[in-house]
Amino acid sequence: MKLGIQEVINWLEKTNEKIQKNKEYLTSLDQAIGDGDHGINMSRGFQEVIGKITSTSYNSVEDLLKDVAMTLLSKVGGASGPLYGTAFLKMSVSVKGKEAMDKQALENALEDALNGILQRGKAQLGDKTLVDVWTPVVELFKNENVVESFSLEEISRNAMESTKDVMAKKGRAAYLKERSIGHLDPGSVSSHYLFASLAEVLKEGEE
Amino acid sequence: MANVGIVLISHSSKVVAGIQEIIQQVVHNVPIEIAGGTEDDEIGTSVEKINNAIERAYSEKGVLLFYDLGSAKMNAELAIELCGYDHVKVINAPILEGAYVAAVESGIGRTIEEIEEAVQKITKE
Repeated sequence: MKLGIQEVINWLEKTNEKIQKNKEYLTSLDQAIGDGDHGINMSRGFQEVIGKITSTSYNSVEDLLKDVAMTLLSKVGGASGPLYGTAFLKMSVSVKGKEAMDKQALENALEDALNGILQRGKAQLGDKTLVDVWTPVVELFKNENVVESFSLEEISRNAMESTKDVMAKKGRAAYLKERSIGHLDPGSVSSHYLFASLAEVLKEGEE
Repeated sequence: MANVGIVLISHSSKVVAGIQEIIQQVVHNVPIEIAGGTEDDEIGTSVEKINNAIERAYSEKGVLLFYDLGSAKMNAELAIELCGYDHVKVINAPILEGAYVAAVESGIGRTIEEIEEAVQKITKE
């Protein structure tokens, strides 16, 4: 496994494609239990990210991830801005000085990102937030010496689907209490797009 | 001598403009700065707007930040990390009542710690 500048750009482009394709879907999920801005925020944020990183030339993965973070922080007005922004900022710091990420470096970066999300959002596992997807993904990396792309996709997808039957304890959906049960958490769905795209990039490396 | 500054953060620019108006009717010697809405003035918050408001409100006595809903708090905390000043704090309190009490206390020259204590009494009454 090796994730250099080109692979990370590829990862973000695949994520962006999924977000743009599912913009209306993310909006409808958020309209059900939140403020309905997740589709538009993610769509705009990632469009800006792609615009930024495809028009800049990078010497390090660190700088690339930092630009992703700063773009999301400044362009996304909802909760996804500070949460995803913090995640990418922590990843950037984590890969400092590395030309590319191997399995261990990616594991460390994802773990630091998750810790950043926990610190920023103060959510816990099971609160029906993106933490519910990030946590099992980080666990997968910690438990396996080799992370297969299909298991990454599967774990992320199952984690996303598990948010449907729980009651929200953080974010706008928490105000709805038991009425939030039966709906997927929009942030977990967009996080799944991120990890499904990462799985696709890893799969290309496996071939 | 400068007084402790106040920054009002809301998902809506109208909300903070209204609260600023209410406070400035009574308090005239305290910097009350606002950061409402996204950079396109849509519903949401902006780290950059919050940062600029902190800059405008800042003096050595510090700045207190009041916010409306969850993600505004996250952006407020991010802005504090990015600005690098000491004595800048996010306060957990109802935004209007909290900022009003803070402005009155700041206007009579209270320190940031004294103001925080006064604000925390609101919900207990």
